[in-house]
This record gives sequence, C-alpha cells and structure tokens, in this order.
Amino acid sequence: MAPVATPFFFYMLSGIMLLGGIVVITRKNAVHSALALIVTLLAQAALYLMLYAPFVAGVQIILYAGGIMVLFLFVIMLISIERSQKERQFNKQWLVGIAAAAALGGLFIAVYTKGKSLFPEGQLTYAEAGNTQAVADLLYGPHSGMYMFAFEIASLLLLVAIIGAVVMAKKRI
Amino acid sequence: MQELLNYISSYLSSDQTPGGAGNFLWALIYILLVFAGLSVAVIAMNWLERKILAHMQVRLGPMRVGPHGLLQPFADALKLLLKEDIMPDEADKLIFWVAPFIVTLAAFTVFVVVPFGPTHAITDMNIGILFMLGVSSLSVLGIVMAGWASNSHYPLIGALRSSAQMVSYEVAMGLAVVSAILMTSLNQQGTGTLSMIGIVEAQQAQGTWFVFKLFPLGLIAFFIFAVAMVAETNRAPFDLPEAESELTAGFHTEYSGFRWSLFFLAEYSAMIAVSSIAVTLWMGGWLRPFPNALSGSTWNLVFSLFPGITFLFLAGMCFYSTARMPKHPYFRIQTAGLAIFGALLALIALVLFIPAVRVRIQDIYWFCIKVAAFMYLYIWYRGTFPRYRFDQLMKVGWKILLPMGLGVLILTAFFGLWSTTHTNLWHP
Repeated sequence: MAPVATPFFFYMLSGIMLLGGIVVITRKNAVHSALALIVTLLAQAALYLMLYAPFVAGVQIILYAGGIMVLFLFVIMLISIERSQKERQFNKQWLVGIAAAAALGGLFIAVYTKGKSLFPEGQLTYAEAGNTQAVADLLYGPHSGMYMFAFEIASLLLLVAIIGAVVMAKKRI
Repeated sequence: MQELLNYISSYLSSDQTPGGAGNFLWALIYILLVFAGLSVAVIAMNWLERKILAHMQVRLGPMRVGPHGLLQPFADALKLLLKEDIMPDEADKLIFWVAPFIVTLAAFTVFVVVPFGPTHAITDMNIGILFMLGVSSLSVLGIVMAGWASNSHYPLIGALRSSAQMVSYEVAMGLAVVSAILMTSLNQQGTGTLSMIGIVEAQQAQGTWFVFKLFPLGLIAFFIFAVAMVAETNRAPFDLPEAESELTAGFHTEYSGFRWSLFFLAEYSAMIAVSSIAVTLWMGGWLRPFPNALSGSTWNLVFSLFPGITFLFLAGMCFYSTARMPKHPYFRIQTAGLAIFGALLALIALVLFIPAVRVRIQDIYWFCIKVAAFMYLYIWYRGTFPRYRFDQLMKVGWKILLPMGLGVLILTAFFGLWSTTHTNLWHP
C-alpha cells in the first residue's frame, strides 16, 4: 500500500493551518475566530497522524477540539458581540511584533541552513501499530520510562492551576 | 478483468478488516453497508420510539399511515424534505448552514471503527476507542454553533446547556472507559489495547465480559458509562438542551425541513454509536452469550439459529397482526401489505438459516441485538424518568459520577495489579 504521508498532504495541511491561523487573528467576530482555531487544531491533529503518531492525534482532537474549544465557545457566546466588534482589534505595537517575528524567522532560517550539523542524523523508527503502547512505555515503563518525572511534575502544575482557579472563583470555600 | 476479479476476491479469504487489508473496494462496500444499515436503524428507531412510548402511556401511537403506522417514518421523511427551509434573517449564515453537517459528520464518522465482528469493521485502529470518543466529542461543537448562529434566545440557552452538560459528562465517561481499558491489560503480557477489536478479543481471552470482571468494579464503571452516555446524546432524562417544555426545541428551534432532519439523524446515530461503545467495552461486543461455558458444536449450532428465529418471530408477529386487521374493504390494501412484509421477513429468516450465511452473520447479529437492547433502554428512560433540573444534572455529573469514576479507576488498577501478581505467584 502506498504511504499516505506524501508531501502533497503535508503542504495541504500546513496551508490549512496557516490559513486558519490568519483567520483567527483577522476576524472581528470572536466566534468565527474560535471556529477557525478549531480548523487549525484539527489540521494539526492530521499532521500528527502524518508523523505516524495516532495517539497524539487522538488526544489532540479530544482535548483541544472537543474539550478546550468548547469551553472557549461557551465563554465567547456569553460576551456581547456588538460591543467587541467596536473595540480596536490590534494594538499599535508594530515594533515589538516585527522584532519577535524577525527573531523567530532567524531561528527557523538558522535551523534550516545549519540543522544538518547541529542535530544528529538518524532514521526514525515509526511505531504506528503499537503507538499507544510505545507512548505508555516511554511514560511509565519500568526500564524505559524516562519521562515519568516530567509527566508527574506537569500534572502537579495543572493541579495547582485547578486549585488556584477554584480559590479565585469562589469567595467562600 | 481477471486482475479486478482477483482484487475483489483477494479480500474474501483474508481474516482482516478491509481497512487492515488495505482493500479500497471492500472498504467502500463496508462503508456503504454500514451507512445503509444505520439509516434503516434510524428509520426503525423512529417508528419504534413512537410506538413503544405510546404503548407505555396506554395509547396506540401512529396507526394511520400503513398498517400499525409502519410507513409513518417514510411519510415523516417526505414531509421534512418537502418543507420550506427557513433561515432566520439575522442568523449567521455560514455557521447556521454548516452546523447540522458537522453534527451529522461527527455522528457517522465514528462508525469507521465500530466492530460488528472480528473482521466486520471498516477498519481497526490502534487508537480505536480514543478515535470514537474524540470524534463524537466534536458533535457538541456543531450543537453550540447551531444554537449561537440562530441568533435567538432559546437556541442560545440550549447551546449553553448542551456544551456545559457534554463537557461535564465527558469527564466521568472518560474515567469509566479508562477503567475498562485497564481491564484489557489483565493478561499474561500485561499490555492493554485501545483498539475496538482488541478490546473484544481481550474479553474473549479472559473468558468474561468486562461488566462482570472484578465484580462489582466492572458493573459500576458500566453504570457510570450508561448514565453518562444518555447525557452525552442529550436524551431524556438529560435532554435539557432541547427541553420542549422550557425551550420550545432548544438548540434546533430555528431549524426546519432538511436541516432539522440532519439533527434528528445525527441524534439517533450518535445514540447507536455510544451504545456500540458500551457493548464493545462491557458487553462482549460480537461475542455470543456463554462462548466458553456452553461451547461445543451443538451449542454453536443452537446459537447460530438465533438470527433466523428472530426474523421468524417478527414475521409471525406480522402474520398475527394481518389476521387481526379489520375486515372492512377499506383495509384491504393495508392487510395485503402487512402480509407481504411478513412474507419478506420470513424469507430473510429462511436465508439466515442457510449454513454458509448463518456462520458469517452471527457476529453481526449478536452485536446488533445488544445495541438494540440499549436502544430500547433509551426509549424506556424517556417513558419513565422526569427531566432533571440543571443544577441537579451538574450535581450528578460532578459530585456523584466523577468521584465514583475516580474510585473505580483506582480500585480497578489496584485489584488488577493484585490479581496479576497473584497468578504469577501461583504459576511461577
């Protein structure tokens, strides 16, 4: 069977992502922006699929497109659209913006030109059939679980954020 | 020509799903079959729901269009297609237009991984159950978009309720699903699976449905899922997003005609989808009852006769009703129609008794009959339970189901680990 991960799909998905990202920041209507962001996130999930990482793609869809964006929409729908449309959309911070974009662009160009000498060369082994098991092994495996500490620290951070949100939202606990 | 025939027949001898075998043509045939079956199921569900609800309330239900209202769903569909398609003037045109399609697409796409049998699925994914949960969680976006784009008060309230409710119950649902997935890893190798076919095969290998595994943990997880899945599909008693008495029709108040029927189609196929998740995870998927205790060729024969017997029973009901039809000449066509329908069902039953068909069809039959039991439960809930108040709904989701799910998850992990280490002790 011919591989699906052809350059055509990569360029198509990247194009969709870029287009979606541009729509997110140019629309005045916040709901339209949120929907464009969902398109961007779904295209990103498809890019993960192209990298033979179906587990990450599935988690991306559940968490971002199905979970976080629903909460975004939930909040946005409560905001008066008429008022937000009258407000100024862009801050006058061209200088900082151009500097940040130039720095990021410079980084990309540097990686693109010098990447071969900076990073070790090697062929990736795709674990498409056992992707979930491979991820689980990296996270919790008795011998190969090298990301367990990072994972637990990240979940602790999230717990702190949840408790903080509850404390801030509730006057009397 | 010969190559084409080889290509078509090459799949028939394989023991994989068409997606796994990489056979494009058979994948397409399976997709069409699933789509057609789903449409028939939605039509049947429409009739059955009205009929069963009516009988629960000691009414007759639809009786006019066709014998016992059998043609009512078709009349409804015709009416919906011929109805004027109204779009509110102040609506957000693009989003209003695209929302029903998103809901329908999400509801139908999940059937890509539903396993009707060991080889009867469109494809098998490594992330099967994750894919199902993820894609079905996208349907809430369509509902929210529909409610907001209508630019009207009741739909907006319905959409807000829907998003809050679905996000809340997804958490409890996910925890219940994880505890079932943990059970797939209780084998010698200790590796679990997310693939839908793999989950059913794990139940076969462990010799028990996961409802009865680590009793009563499997049962509690199943209960949590069974409650959460009703809330996820916006059905009574959790049908607050479309509560008729409060919000006229909730998020699809402004929709009419074809677009409304898309919402209807999506709701019913989403119900079938979550029921098939429950069947796959806890009720043994395509496995027939007692595959281990009542094994042997005699029992295999007895259980493989069930599909035919079911259809014979339905045909018998049709003939009984034909005999009881009023004898007035006005009913002559309806009586003949019902008799022909019964004969058709009997013919299907006879086809299902052919040994070659019998063997291939029984997985699909057991899967469908289990899903059908869940669909009946949906109707039963709607006929029995009053609607929850919104704060009660949130309380059930966050304060009862979520802690219960967490507890079951931890206990499943603990006892699962305990049981595997003990088998290792006994069988070093």
